[in-house]
Amino acid sequence: MLDLIIEHAGLLITIALMVAVLIPIGAMLVWFERRMLGFWQQRYGPNRVGPFGILQSLADLIKILFKHDWIPPFADKPVFILAPMIGAVSVLMSFAVVPMTPNLVVSDSNIGLLFFLAMTSLAVYSVILAGWASNNKYAMLGGMRAAAQTISYEVFMGVSLLGVVILSGSFNLSEIVLAQSELWYVVPQFLGFVIFMIAGIAESHRLPFDLPEAETELCAGFHTEYSGIKFALFFLGEYLGMMLISMMITTLFLGGWMGPWLPPIVWFVIKTLLLICFFILLRAALPRPRFDQLLSFGWKWVLPLALLNLVVTAAVKLWGGF
Amino acid sequence: MGQALAELWPILLYFAFTVLLLIGVMILSSFLGPQTAGHSTDLPYESGILSLGGARIKFGSHFFLYAIFFVIFDLETLYLFAWAIAFEQVGVVGFIEALVFIIILLVALVYLWRIGALSMVNRHLARKP
Repeated sequence: MLDLIIEHAGLLITIALMVAVLIPIGAMLVWFERRMLGFWQQRYGPNRVGPFGILQSLADLIKILFKHDWIPPFADKPVFILAPMIGAVSVLMSFAVVPMTPNLVVSDSNIGLLFFLAMTSLAVYSVILAGWASNNKYAMLGGMRAAAQTISYEVFMGVSLLGVVILSGSFNLSEIVLAQSELWYVVPQFLGFVIFMIAGIAESHRLPFDLPEAETELCAGFHTEYSGIKFALFFLGEYLGMMLISMMITTLFLGGWMGPWLPPIVWFVIKTLLLICFFILLRAALPRPRFDQLLSFGWKWVLPLALLNLVVTAAVKLWGGF
Repeated sequence: MGQALAELWPILLYFAFTVLLLIGVMILSSFLGPQTAGHSTDLPYESGILSLGGARIKFGSHFFLYAIFFVIFDLETLYLFAWAIAFEQVGVVGFIEALVFIIILLVALVYLWRIGALSMVNRHLARKP
């Protein structure tokens, strides 16, 4: 047992490091988003706890841990507890295949891209199960909308990435990054980049596609009945989801860790952070569509465009364009 | 097999680690938190209105046709994944075959669009007396 632990010490350290860094950063993003929104709306945002309010998330966490762990007596208890777990775990699992530097990756898997797609698809179960288990009308509507949203973006999300797969010839995310040493894929795959970004925003339930939780009409939708730490897990899952999509866009289209002069991890963090800022700016700038608008937009415009992008990429690659 | 195991084993370990951590946090919270009981603690929250009946009611989901198309199209795009990863090996012949496949997909999509299967709002309005 002991030599097994010693043999895999590096792996254990990587895993512990990932979880110990990811979860606090996910929590910090809540504060970051509120500050940035405040900045863009000409107000302060949270600025009381610690310098610039930077400890706000820590204060929130302590408060949430000491709240009543309430499970509604009218709810379906096991499913009610399981739903936030599925959400947080499925998002956290995806980080296992994201190469942050050439060495800092839990599993440099040959099916990394497929693993990412599978895990993000699983995340929708948490929302639908939460909406069903809560036995609350708002939650139910939120869960139904989550289902509608999923069937609008899931098809073109996969198709938009196939251009990258054809160019790099691999599902391995590290190899995809290395294949971009000449030219970032955002240039030859600009359409795929835009489509994946739309799908990513819809996937992480960020505005303008936050239909399942629309505060103003559904009062938080699927997590209306959730409170305390279970609510925090949903919240954490959403912010980790935003971070994951930013990391995946960085890896697949923006050259991952590569860049001149600075060390790899710095480039990776800079690119991811800029994308996160863009996500937050979108929230500050755009209103939310109806879900039938999202459905018809996804099926009538984005899906044919994604297929067209795939065909053109394949044709150009076949006749020696790239 | 050995390589697949070497790739999967860290993911399994990572999975176990995250699940244990989250369960631990949830158990910790259920011990730390107080047990409150007000006169309306155990009611469903519906913006102050007393809940009437359960939430498991039947209501029309206008997007059910989309859901069926989703199952079909999502399965069909799975074949494209297999083609994309083998792109170098299958060459021009594979490209033409994939092209025929994609054109059939697009024709089906246009057909669905033309017969009005994708317009939810109109279908909803037409059913009204």
